[in-house]
Amino acid sequence: MTPFLEVKDVRKAYGAIKAVDGVSFDVGPGEIVGVIGPNGSGKTTLFNSILGQIAPTSGHVEFCGEDITGMSPLELSRRGVGRTFQTLQVFVKLSVRDNLIAAAQEFKGTLGGRLFAKPDAGLGDHADQMIELFRLKHVAHLPAGSLSYGQQKLIDIAMAFMAAPRLVLLDEPCAGVNPSLVDQLHDRLVELNKTQGGSFVVIEHNMDFIMKLCPHVICMVEGKVLAEGPPAQVQGNRAVLEAYLGN
Amino acid sequence: MNAQMKTGILVASLVVVAVVASFAKRSDVYLLTLYCVYLMATFGLNLTVGYAGQMSLGQAAFFGIGAYVAAIALKAGVPFLLVLPISAIACFVVGLALGFPALRVQHHYLAFATLGFNVLVYLVMRNEEKLTGGTFGISGIPRPSLFGVSFDGPLAFFFFTFVSLIILAFFLWWLLRSPWGRAFAALRDNPIRAESLGVNITAYTLLAFAIGAACAGIGGVYYASLVEFIEPGPFHFSTSLTMLLAVIVGGSGRFFGPVIGTIIIILLPELLRSTNVSWLKFMQTWYLAVFGVAVVALMIWLPGGILSIGDRFKSKEVAK
Amino acid sequence: MGDLIHLILSGTATGAIYALAALGFTLLWQAAGVINFAQGEFVMLPAFAMLFFIAVGAPLWLSFLLTCAVAMVVLGYGFKRVIVDPLIKHGVIPLVIATLGLSIAVKSIVRAGYSAEAHPFPSAFPAGQLSLGGIAVSYADIGTLVLAGLIVIGLQMFLNKTVTGRAMQAVAQNTDAARVLGIDVKRMVLYVFLINAVLSVVAALLVTPTYLAKFDMGDSIGQKAFFAAIIGGFNQTRGALLGGVLIGILENVVGFYVSPAYKEGVALVLFLAVILFRPEGLLGKAEERKV
Repeated sequence: MTPFLEVKDVRKAYGAIKAVDGVSFDVGPGEIVGVIGPNGSGKTTLFNSILGQIAPTSGHVEFCGEDITGMSPLELSRRGVGRTFQTLQVFVKLSVRDNLIAAAQEFKGTLGGRLFAKPDAGLGDHADQMIELFRLKHVAHLPAGSLSYGQQKLIDIAMAFMAAPRLVLLDEPCAGVNPSLVDQLHDRLVELNKTQGGSFVVIEHNMDFIMKLCPHVICMVEGKVLAEGPPAQVQGNRAVLEAYLGN
Repeated sequence: MNAQMKTGILVASLVVVAVVASFAKRSDVYLLTLYCVYLMATFGLNLTVGYAGQMSLGQAAFFGIGAYVAAIALKAGVPFLLVLPISAIACFVVGLALGFPALRVQHHYLAFATLGFNVLVYLVMRNEEKLTGGTFGISGIPRPSLFGVSFDGPLAFFFFTFVSLIILAFFLWWLLRSPWGRAFAALRDNPIRAESLGVNITAYTLLAFAIGAACAGIGGVYYASLVEFIEPGPFHFSTSLTMLLAVIVGGSGRFFGPVIGTIIIILLPELLRSTNVSWLKFMQTWYLAVFGVAVVALMIWLPGGILSIGDRFKSKEVAK
Repeated sequence: MGDLIHLILSGTATGAIYALAALGFTLLWQAAGVINFAQGEFVMLPAFAMLFFIAVGAPLWLSFLLTCAVAMVVLGYGFKRVIVDPLIKHGVIPLVIATLGLSIAVKSIVRAGYSAEAHPFPSAFPAGQLSLGGIAVSYADIGTLVLAGLIVIGLQMFLNKTVTGRAMQAVAQNTDAARVLGIDVKRMVLYVFLINAVLSVVAALLVTPTYLAKFDMGDSIGQKAFFAAIIGGFNQTRGALLGGVLIGILENVVGFYVSPAYKEGVALVLFLAVILFRPEGLLGKAEERKV
């Protein structure tokens, strides 16, 4: 299987602090990869380096054979790379439905063309399906900012999938979400993986969630990849246990 | 309240304004026209500030550029229907240019950048006498006549301006309802997330400034034609300031916010100035002072502006 | 050549006054996250307060001290409690709008309640000029430079050498970390407001003899304070100083050699250039883009 996303020896240093210290891994088409590691192990910095939010100090990122290192988030989104953020990032004053439409409308037609497009940019049905899928129908017309944290988190994740990206990087999708929603989230992601066929990279602290969702797990500690493989194997790794428990 | 009722109320209020204007005294008609003219600029500013979330303290500069371009062109005999797009495009282009600092800096930096731009434009108006007449200004600006119909009389010019304002407002409403409106809101609420969802924030930031500027430019054309004499005074940055406050006080990001806000900055002080009621006379001198204090109080108690009162009640009911 | 040196010297003196107002501006921003659009009015009000004390018979130095005390209560503590505290939680913009409103209110109150005229203001320094190697320098310029210089140096020493000053810097750099270190953040923030009030009074004392006391005298000072702060670098106290002096000198030079009509535009052009090409300011440090 040819790799789809290739991360090659990415490093990011802030002065003397090496936040990401030579990380390499591959993601295949349709694959779901989990990234675990204690707080401060450089997971989010790695994401931001891959996604153009910050420029990596050295190393390369290739997507579908193209070098995408240091590309802006806009250029990446055009190539089908989507993401969610660790903190809530919804458009607070827009309705849930408008949030979802906003997440996909910019991929339809040209800038000038969109001025003359239908108000919903022809995405209304698609947004309604996504609302249905995430069980948000009863709040679809409320401003996103007025909803509970868990609901906003669902919107946030649903937005990342609106344009059917080929690769989605999810930064702690379960953080702050109550346990019943975590199960729902798992089911939704599995469904989206099946229907849209995109690859996911998921940062998460919730081990049960990662174990269930990801066939392949990477454990990062102090900016380096400490262990990699099927979840059970990584979880049983001595070094990983030590890093988590702090020897 | 459903959409039909809203449309009904809107049409009814427009009719009321038209009827009131038809029977008003000459000076009141002038005042109403002035109100419509400023409303063109504040509607545009609401798009820049309220919908797209870009701070702007330079709207009066565009208002002025529109007015001066119109004054010079109208005096040179260029027909009104041609002057309108020329002024609008000129302001659109300058607005695009002013958008560039907005790509580098945000919020209060941007406020000062746009304010600085306004001061520069004001200096040019005051000092480039050959072009702008300096402090003496430009006088004898003609009112338009279209297809053989002259809009010279106060009432005729009012209706001409009133209809133009309605067309402009409708255009803005249509634009904000299109996917562009949603992209502007995305840019305002969360530019970083917007970019990761493919929103070209560079293009939309520049457009937000340019469209807002073009509206002010159009307002400026009508202003020049209304007052028939322009000088730099009305385009001082303090006008930009009151325009911004009009948008915020009315309710920024609400379509009819500027309608309320512009009443407060244009209509009320002028009406007070002409009043004969003795206890209101006191307000003539103190109006701005009261207005300033009211802005501070509004920010503390109702930061969403006057039109957000309804939401305030709604959210309290939901909380119950 | 003599002209140029003279222009530079007097420009430095004017610039030093801008720098004082800019310094207060930067301190407020760093420590409290406050952008004060009424900063110019914070200079205008003390000018009138000093005139009031002079009118009731106090000498200038006593008026200055009394005004400092009043300003610390009203423009320092009062401003913080009544306007900043209730608004700071809503973010920067509502506060910007509120201080815009405050600026209009204060100007209009002075205009409607007292006077729309420009009032002469006594200089703290003797009239006349000193000849330094053939170049005439007014005592006022020398006095302004010395006083402003002393204040700036004194403030720097206070911020760098005393425990309180360092605590204030810690608050300015990282409020949360300062709180963890056991620094009384609220008190330090209050100190910053008080210092800003005093700096404004000093600026008023120095600038009003040339600007004259008028309700709208703050427009120009407030803007230049902000421009100076940005040009120098908002996250650097020294930046305000450099920015202020740079504006003062260039205004003088442009006013003399190019056109007095565009003197007011100098700060703006410099400011726009800095925003476009070096938004962090001449002395500022670039910050990584935050996610």
